[in-house]
Amino acid sequence: MARIDVRKTYKLYIGGAFPRSESGHSYEVADSKGKFVANAALASRKDVRDAVVAARKAFGPWAARTAYNRGQILYRIAEVMEDRRPQFEEAVKQSEGGTAVAARGQVDAAVDRLVWYAGWADKLAQVIGNANPVAGPFFNHTAPEPTGVVGVLAPQSSSLLGLVSVVAPVVVTGNVAVVVSSFARPLPAVTFAEVLATSDVPGGVVNILTGDAAVLGPWLASHMDVNAIDLCGIAGADGSGELATSLEVAAADNLKRVRRAPDAEPDWSVEPGLSPMTAFVEHKTVWHPIGI
Amino acid sequence: MAFEYAPAPESRSIVDIKPSYGLFIDGEFVDGRGSSFKTVNPATEETLAEVAEASDADVDLAVKAARRAFRGWSRMSGRERAKYLFRIARIIQERGRELAVLESIDNGKPIKESRDVDVPVVAAHFFYYAGWADKLEYAGLGPNPQPLGVAGQVIPWNFPLLMLAWKVAPALACGNTVVLKPAETTPLTALLFAEICQQADLPPGVVNIVTGAGGTGQAVVSHPDVDKVAFTGSTAVGKAIARAIAGTDKKATLELGGKAANIVFDDAPIDQAVEGIVGGIFFNQGHVCCAGSRLLVQESVADEVLARLKRRMGTLRVGDPLDKNTDIGAINSREQLDRIRELSAVGEAEGAERWAPECDLPASGFWFPPTIFTGVTQAHRIAREEVFGPVLSVLTFRTPAEAVEKANNTPYGLSAGVWTEKGSRILHMASQLRAGVVWANTFNKFDPASPFGGYKESGYGREGGRQGLAAYLKGAEA
Repeated sequence: MARIDVRKTYKLYIGGAFPRSESGHSYEVADSKGKFVANAALASRKDVRDAVVAARKAFGPWAARTAYNRGQILYRIAEVMEDRRPQFEEAVKQSEGGTAVAARGQVDAAVDRLVWYAGWADKLAQVIGNANPVAGPFFNHTAPEPTGVVGVLAPQSSSLLGLVSVVAPVVVTGNVAVVVSSFARPLPAVTFAEVLATSDVPGGVVNILTGDAAVLGPWLASHMDVNAIDLCGIAGADGSGELATSLEVAAADNLKRVRRAPDAEPDWSVEPGLSPMTAFVEHKTVWHPIGI
Repeated sequence: MAFEYAPAPESRSIVDIKPSYGLFIDGEFVDGRGSSFKTVNPATEETLAEVAEASDADVDLAVKAARRAFRGWSRMSGRERAKYLFRIARIIQERGRELAVLESIDNGKPIKESRDVDVPVVAAHFFYYAGWADKLEYAGLGPNPQPLGVAGQVIPWNFPLLMLAWKVAPALACGNTVVLKPAETTPLTALLFAEICQQADLPPGVVNIVTGAGGTGQAVVSHPDVDKVAFTGSTAVGKAIARAIAGTDKKATLELGGKAANIVFDDAPIDQAVEGIVGGIFFNQGHVCCAGSRLLVQESVADEVLARLKRRMGTLRVGDPLDKNTDIGAINSREQLDRIRELSAVGEAEGAERWAPECDLPASGFWFPPTIFTGVTQAHRIAREEVFGPVLSVLTFRTPAEAVEKANNTPYGLSAGVWTEKGSRILHMASQLRAGVVWANTFNKFDPASPFGGYKESGYGREGGRQGLAAYLKGAEA
């Protein structure tokens, strides 16, 4: 008799733990051909709030770590991902369709992107910060600091490379993230959460919710303890313009930093530049008199 | 024996205020199509001039002029644009006395501040950004920086000319053109700046100035052909602007309110700290978004600091802004005076203890004495809301951790001050404070090379320094 396989229950990732949705809801995830694959947890408003609480708690200690240490941890995520390539390749192929070679390419690029961002941790302040030559006897210095809790609506199409490309720049700069994964293609995100949990990333630094960005986005955008929001994940869909506008309006209530939704999902193979990181940093300027 | 100060008034004869002013559109002064309003001298309540209130149609004309001018201005080489900005900087210096007197008459600020702070820093901004105009590709903001287009800029009444410089200089350096709306109570120096643009032969339409109140400002920021919004003012209006531009391609920088903590440790140089506290809250009548309006003093030195602070406050001279000995001038408007009075009354009603030195206030005009409240708690409205006047709330703390906790306990995050002789503590506090500017053993220092701007609800973006260029360039990364 054939062996019956043991299937996985797909859960949320909040505060370093893997709870089911507080709501008890789940939704059917199909592969690219429409065949049932799994029931994923359907995150609720309460899950968003729990994730924000976990993220806030993680923010201070994460921001206080040295940039060198944050870079090490991002590189560690890449190492663990590399180690679990077959699982990611399978998840990407299942979610996005296409060939095994194409899926392998996506995983290559995702791992490489993490490595790229890992190297930025201890360099960004050198590149975008500066000493300011003010007209007077003062030490005057400007350096970037993290904004805080960032809500991230991950891309809908690019289930792994897109996800990594929006999460890595947020956390490498010392921010913490509450991420809503691709709704139709959540499985690579769940696998990514399992990698995070075993990669020295402190609980709460990245929280991943599987669910509908159109439903969860408004709760994130209006949450007064969320400091910034990345609207990338609502690009291109029908009605995404109105949704993006309403989220920007909600974000204005506490003047969240907003990374606007592009017209269509970007080409994730292109090197991202600094803007995904600079979108979520503040510049702090410190003055002190010089004298003896 | 005490010596009395003889009056030392600055002559206002250098300033020629016209009975009425139009709008500055496309290089010319034109009549507005809307109504007009009066601007008054807040020290005397004398009407200074009638000023046109720009209608939506006027704003549209100004934006069209700016759009036409953008083609030429943005394609002009940076080297040539720089020369125009250098010219403007030089004319500001040449006419510095006139600008300072006019600023003090229209705003109510002491002449020693407009003369020694505002105008020199205004000129410095034009010099600083003039030099960037032909060096944008070296600013580290990406390899091929391009201007955004037409910038709609709305500025407040507390530093009319300085805020104009902060907005106009980087915008022009990057190749943008501007439509600027000064505050309705302080339009005169912006209109004098328009004359300076004419003297500099700045191409028509590069700078347009539309006077008016909130409605005019709204028309400027919501105009569909404005590519960039720059606003300095209240947090409430900043949020309204963020809502208004949601879903558009407009880029925005918002410099909003603050409730800065000025933290004094027991090892601080007390006399310098007291000077810093006084400068932090009484400079410009406390009409400063980054004013040190919450004094956090370590409990062990609170009595000493307060005694010396009160003695120092007793020497502050309140009165005629044009008198060179005046420390505290007039409150900018009756509306603002009412708000300061109201919040101060709330402070007393909520149980804080109010103190102000004896001082004779002039019979006409808008005046408020330098005032402190002791026994203030974090829940008091005067510790949470921006008073925007010469009113200081005093709180105490015991440990550095408590100071950080209290300092960060507001929705704002614009600035903070730290006073201590211990270097390692300064650096620790500077890293813990959630504020865009931290002044250590000094306060209220500004320089065009130094970025300024807030965390949290104090707004987004930076003005000044190379970061200030990013707000006016496409795809800039800073």
